[in-house]
Amino acid sequence: MTETQAPVEAVGTARPTLLEARDLHVEFPSRGRAARAVDGVDLAIGEGEIVALVGESGCGKTTLARTLLGLERPTSGSVLYGGTALEYGSKALKAYRREVQLVLQDPMGSLNPRQTVYEAVAEGPRIHGLAGEQEIVASALSRAGLRPPERFFLRYPHELSGGQRQRVVIAGALALEPKVLIADEPVASLDASVRGEILALLLRLRDELGLSALVVTHDLGLAWNIADRVAVMYLGRIVESGPVEQVLTAPRHPYTQALLSVLPESPERVVLTGEPPDPTRIPGGCRFHARCQVLASGRAAEAGVDGRCRTEPLSVLPAVPTAQAACHYAAVTD
Amino acid sequence: MALLELDDVSVTYRIAAGEVPAVRGVSLTLDAGTALGVAGESGSGKSTLAMALLRLLPRDARVGGRILLDGDDVLAMKWGRLRAVRWAEASIVFQGAQHGLNPVQRIGDQIAEPLLVHGLAKPDSARGRVAELLEQVGLPAWRARSYPHELSGGQRQRIMIAMALACSPRLIIADEPTTALDVMVQAQVLTLIKELLAERGISLIMISHDLSVLADVCDRLAVMYAGRVVEHGPSREVFHDPKHPYSAALAAAFPTVGDPVSRLAPKGLGGDPPDPMDLPPGCSFHPRCPVALDECPTLDVKLWPAGPERRAACVHVRPEQAEPAETTLEVS
Ligand SMILES: Nc1ncnc2c1ncn2[C@@H]1O[C@H](COP(=O)(O)OP(=O)(O)OP(=O)(O)O)[C@@H](O)[C@H]1O
Ligand SMILES: Nc1ncnc2c1ncn2[C@@H]1O[C@H](COP(=O)(O)OP(=O)(O)O)[C@@H](O)[C@H]1O
Ligand code: SF4
Ligand code: SF4
Ligand SMILES: [Mg+2]
Ligand SMILES: [Mg+2]
Repeated sequence: MTETQAPVEAVGTARPTLLEARDLHVEFPSRGRAARAVDGVDLAIGEGEIVALVGESGCGKTTLARTLLGLERPTSGSVLYGGTALEYGSKALKAYRREVQLVLQDPMGSLNPRQTVYEAVAEGPRIHGLAGEQEIVASALSRAGLRPPERFFLRYPHELSGGQRQRVVIAGALALEPKVLIADEPVASLDASVRGEILALLLRLRDELGLSALVVTHDLGLAWNIADRVAVMYLGRIVESGPVEQVLTAPRHPYTQALLSVLPESPERVVLTGEPPDPTRIPGGCRFHARCQVLASGRAAEAGVDGRCRTEPLSVLPAVPTAQAACHYAAVTD
Repeated sequence: MALLELDDVSVTYRIAAGEVPAVRGVSLTLDAGTALGVAGESGSGKSTLAMALLRLLPRDARVGGRILLDGDDVLAMKWGRLRAVRWAEASIVFQGAQHGLNPVQRIGDQIAEPLLVHGLAKPDSARGRVAELLEQVGLPAWRARSYPHELSGGQRQRIMIAMALACSPRLIIADEPTTALDVMVQAQVLTLIKELLAERGISLIMISHDLSVLADVCDRLAVMYAGRVVEHGPSREVFHDPKHPYSAALAAAFPTVGDPVSRLAPKGLGGDPPDPMDLPPGCSFHPRCPVALDECPTLDVKLWPAGPERRAACVHVRPEQAEPAETTLEVS
């Protein structure tokens, strides 16, 4: 840890912190070992802020998102909402779920095929015993762009297009009037042509309702399209974070540089090889060192940090909105 | 020299509710040693077209037109010849097939099986051939002993490519080979595909809804909408300067990171994909088209020339007086 006390107000922006992970660790038992899926994360999401959490498959994005939602209990560290640590009693969690809602990936998998659109969206309000169900459902559907809402009440998922199904899933989350949406790959299973429509919806919800969102994705174009801030995750840690313009146009961590370099339009590709990272065997030193192109090419040695790359772990990046990278090389070269 | 020529190919599925015209008069040419990308949203007929090429469609599908592979009409081939074509000349990597690997059989045995069945390897030489194929797709030989669940998504996709290479085909048809893979794994698989193209002179038809991926790998691009090719041409040009409004929407869907125009401005296409059983008249794209004209709902739209080696099916590229020769669907 670099900081003993994380800031309650995000430094450098006007946005007060709404949801926060503080020194969060989540471990799972895995074939006799511990999979450290989230291995020390500080992250703050401000009011009305859209944060993209990016990284390759298996780096711990979904686990971090589920832990922020209270669906997974941290092994250590805490989740804070409005400055108060999350409690895990069923009543406290139920109240929390009204505020922080999950939008699942794969709308086909998350909607019940035998449930009408109305029933699907009404489920949340019913669990929470809200009055005026029909109005709630109608307004959630129309805010999600399904208008006029009555036309969709009695439809079944198979009668909808993929984009419409994703809107129903979003409407289900909106029905409880949450403050934060946590969306896991909200457009990964959608067609290219529908993708932009759903992303535009998320942006509009932020502008009109002041919603905050954490969008989990491996799609950097998505982050560029809608996020204010981006956090890049590698093997359970955030290795770089900051404003989207800064991180995605001038990345400082070699891992972020590699992720950006493999986008179809980029000139020089750094295709990382090797097996996908394994959270049961997190390497010592910098956790990226075995795959790091800066270390492999000798640039880290030129800067005199190669020894530290291999042996000296980096500290957890604090939850600040300014650009930062957890890299020995970046620290001495800029 | 054309390796594959499609001439007015159509596919209609017959289902209880009626007929589904999934592919409607597609004409395309693939030159030997080149790569053709086929783009379009889900349901536009890409997979149906791919399966038609090797006559792999279910019985309830009716195929029309001509499909010439090296001048030989696939639709007229006798069963024996077709079988030989499927094993020796062209192979297909099916959409989502990496999920269909047998979970209880070792990878090596699954790769070897078709080799043995088709007498392309003897039991004692099969293992060596499997190792060779694994190496070609960048996996160590010991992976032959792994079970599918021990592999990542990208590794399983490599196995599918190894299987497609097993009989040294001249043509590979890959249906959404990188969809649902994460960026780094997608880059690994695309790099592999590009190496195979360059080093082995294989021809490729690659299907995806991501134009940027296709533009990266393929020489030419065909964009499908509602069962028709609505635009085709050199891939970079189609991607960077699309002539059909639907291609433009597809191209804009994946922003270039760093491009200020797309920053906080996701671009989508309104409306729903067309129902193939109830297609809009005229240009089928007109209900969703941002630049439609009054005449579009009744327009007899053709693939008009839209620049050197390019065509687009949109009134906005229609020549002033279309000459009869240019209004046919004959292509490049
Ligand atoms: N319940 C569990 N038991 C054991 N290991 C788990 C469990 N859940 C996740 N993991 C492991 O933790 C790591 C992080 O998983 P997670 O699902 O958070 O990744 P992700 O970044 O969301 O990946 P993707 O992009 O593929 O969705 C992976 O190695 C995964 O196998
Ligand atoms: N076996 C089938 N029976 C009936 N209709 C089908 C069948 N397979 C595909 N279709 C229909 O044909 C159209 C084209 O489908 P497909 O070729 O799978 O499109 P794509 O690969 O572009 O997503 C769709 O309307 C689809 O619903
Ligand atoms: S600390 Fe060293 S090994 Fe780690 S990312 Fe930076 S340069 Fe690479
Ligand atoms: S023909 Fe008309 S409706 Fe069709 S794509 Fe062109 S402008 Fe749009
Ligand atoms: Mg995930
Ligand atoms: Mg398909």
